[in-house]
Amino acid sequence: MIIPILKIGDVLIVTIQTELTDREIEELSHDILDQIKKVGARGVVIDISALKTVDSYMARSLNSIASASMLLGSETVVVGIQPAVALTLVELGLRVSWGVKTALNLEKGLEMLKVNVKKSG
Amino acid sequence: MDDERVLKVERDVDVIYIREVGREMAAEAGFGVLDQTRITTAIAELARNIIVHANCGLVVIRKVQRGDKIGIEIVCKDEGPGIEDIDKALKEGYTTSGGLGIGMAGAKRLMDEFHVESVQDKGTTVIVRKWLK
Repeated sequence: MIIPILKIGDVLIVTIQTELTDREIEELSHDILDQIKKVGARGVVIDISALKTVDSYMARSLNSIASASMLLGSETVVVGIQPAVALTLVELGLRVSWGVKTALNLEKGLEMLKVNVKKSG
Repeated sequence: MDDERVLKVERDVDVIYIREVGREMAAEAGFGVLDQTRITTAIAELARNIIVHANCGLVVIRKVQRGDKIGIEIVCKDEGPGIEDIDKALKEGYTTSGGLGIGMAGAKRLMDEFHVESVQDKGTTVIVRKWLK
């Protein structure tokens, strides 16, 4: 499974369109971090609006991507979490470990990064 | 769609298939999107636990009826090392595998009923149910 990583300005856009296996999530994490370094991205938007299920492994992986990207000087925003997925994640007990920035949709996610990028630049 | 499905779990790709079967059966039983999401997420957590702790096992998903209540039951069975301390395993953040320690406790919160039986070196069976309101 190849998930395209698009570049717009200095932001990467990753749209996850199908349910991913653990291995695919791991590969994607690696690809995103590789691309951040390659293109010098200052922000990453990960769109998960197509995901009907986000379990603790996926949530942990998103957390890891966000933390690792920060170490590379890049900021990650996860966008498009479905309402049912959001409530399920809270009930699952994720409040203790969810530290990723989020936005309602791709547009708002990009807005968020632009503001932050401007401020930090 | 059958009233019962018995599914083998041994690889990460099986987890995706099993939770989709669970979603279809939950939808067919009349559960709405939120409960479908809770049920599929609980299945994902429990099925992953099987792979992580026991390598392989079985997941049975069936429609159940109790009085005039209709629901869905998921049985996750493995012949792994068993759980040493079930109370501990159900505590938030407790993990023996380096995970988040969310799996069992999270699945319990997402479902209406939760039973676990575990015998050391023999295996673990987790049964969860969700009832239509």
